[in-house]
Amino acid sequence: MTTPLLELENLHTYFYTDTGVARAVDGVSFAVGVGETVGVVGESGCGKSVTALSILRLVRPPGRIEAGSVMRFEGKDLMALDEEAMQHIRGNRIAMVFQEPMTALNPVFTIGDQIGEVARVHAGMNKRQALAKAVEMLKLVGIPAPEQRAGEYPHQLSGGMRQRVVIAMALVMNPALVIADEPTTALDVTIQAQILELLADLTRRLGTSVLLITHDLGVVAENCTRVIVMYAGEVVEEAATSDLFARAHHPYTEGLLGAMPRVGGEKDRLATIPGTVPPPTNWPKGCRFRDRCPYSWERCESEHPPLYQIGGGHTSRCHLAEEPERRQHPHPPLAAQRGATAA
Amino acid sequence: MRRFFAGRLAQAVIVVFLVTTITFLLVHLAPGDPISVALDKPGVTEAVRQQWREAFGLDRPLGEQYLRWLGNAARGELGWSFSFRRPVRDVIADALPRTLLLVGLSMVFSFALGIVVAVLQTERPGGRRDRWFGRILLLLYSVPDFWLALVVLLLFAYRLPIFPPSGIVAPVVHDYMSFSGRLIDRLLHLVLPVTTLTLLATAAISRHQRSALAEVMPSDWMRTAIAKGVSHRRAVRRHALRNALLPSITLAGLYLPALAAGALFVEKVYSWPGMGLLAANAIVARDYPLITASVLITSIAVALGALLADVAAAAADPRIRVS
Repeated sequence: MTTPLLELENLHTYFYTDTGVARAVDGVSFAVGVGETVGVVGESGCGKSVTALSILRLVRPPGRIEAGSVMRFEGKDLMALDEEAMQHIRGNRIAMVFQEPMTALNPVFTIGDQIGEVARVHAGMNKRQALAKAVEMLKLVGIPAPEQRAGEYPHQLSGGMRQRVVIAMALVMNPALVIADEPTTALDVTIQAQILELLADLTRRLGTSVLLITHDLGVVAENCTRVIVMYAGEVVEEAATSDLFARAHHPYTEGLLGAMPRVGGEKDRLATIPGTVPPPTNWPKGCRFRDRCPYSWERCESEHPPLYQIGGGHTSRCHLAEEPERRQHPHPPLAAQRGATAA
Repeated sequence: MRRFFAGRLAQAVIVVFLVTTITFLLVHLAPGDPISVALDKPGVTEAVRQQWREAFGLDRPLGEQYLRWLGNAARGELGWSFSFRRPVRDVIADALPRTLLLVGLSMVFSFALGIVVAVLQTERPGGRRDRWFGRILLLLYSVPDFWLALVVLLLFAYRLPIFPPSGIVAPVVHDYMSFSGRLIDRLLHLVLPVTTLTLLATAAISRHQRSALAEVMPSDWMRTAIAKGVSHRRAVRRHALRNALLPSITLAGLYLPALAAGALFVEKVYSWPGMGLLAANAIVARDYPLITASVLITSIAVALGALLADVAAAAADPRIRVS
């Protein structure tokens, strides 16, 4: 990894709901280097989006970033900044590309206005300068007839176009870091590749670091240098992309890789991970994946695994790191057994 | 857009026609007539009254009376007011500007105030400012208009005699004042009724506006705005308000007819001779032409209000403009 640009240490983001405290992000630590593209993968509900929102301190009540969480960005402690200083970072040094281009844009302002607003807020541009900047950005993201498009409203654009607009909006101030939260989930498959290519191409040219949040390992394989796998509010595995695909260590990562469709693979059915993510109000003691794990044993019930170093910057939150011989004896996971008796 | 507009206009004409027709029939079906009310004196015999009815055509069949009224109204001739003993047109020409002034000012103030209060509340929802505004507005929202008018009158015209209690100008002396003196006299007479109406309307408008704002606050595009580095205040005032303005525009369309219909209770308490009082007195006097004319003007205002609200909504929301 290059010089760290963003470092998270022990990030805890809890939601205080009526049914209890949901520990959505429960002690997450990782770093993003300058110019690096890091992928964060995991199922829905594993805490990846909340992690993204936490970095920009966009978590809304009843959610709260707990004391003791550390987020350092360009040497600044993000937790210690006041709201005004945080506004200076948002959209300027760290920009966000959201999941839903349909709803992420304000329906009653022109897209030129919405892109230009970033320049108005951060660069003190007037309306005319900002509009010119918006047109320039629209050109950059490959929107044809940008002068005309700048005067249009979001509902007049297709989904792919809107996501290009959202990307343009994120890049106005040439930020150091772009957080892309499932940027292509809501788009057609044919458009998905185009958008990812665009994002990768632009950030490479501008030297922008990217934190790419996705549940699609294919996207990770093509775009990221490093991968962070999250499960139940925690980082469970972290490795260089090639390393992760070649030598996945955590059984959850193994499961994710097994659930990926492959050309020439088994045609009849895709492998799935039995069971679901436990509720965040009530994480199990010990290993949070144990009920769905084909290798779990007594130790997984009682002892919460730490992130083990398994060499070459590869870490895994699994006791198999200390007892690798257990991998030779898989068994049906508890969740599958329960499913079988229920059926 | 033009076809949509033309369609709405045709609809409005039909509504006005139906409302006035029904009103015409209803007032004539009600017991009593203008003559029996106006000439309800011991010395007047039934024969005399009948003579007057014939003179005004009130003895003719209802259908004939209606057609004649319709023909006259189409030519802008609204008839003779029995109670004022003047042409209806002149009576309305006196009352309508007074109501336009009173209700118009109140509308401008209450929409400006209502939207500002709602924005201030939304900037810190659940905060102390939000809670206190909420309480005061709920109180104002729930008091009857005549009661508030009486309390304001009692406080600022009687206990603290700062403002004149009634009328549109000071009697007698007004005519002897200088131009600026007359202007100030008019303004002073406006203060209490306008304040009362403004307080009443502000309560309703700001409650609507606040809930409309609260509805758009959790939108994804609000999060986008904050993520761009826009301050919370700017996000509320610019992004949220523009989206939340539609309910207020609809509300304005609903309030607009009051410009022509007047505000009866407030006009009554402050003896403000506007359209509300006029219509109420016309009903008591069974003044058929005046009643029908008031309803005609009000129904035109209702139709116009709805039409203007549609146009304003299209201006505020580009999605309506296109479809």
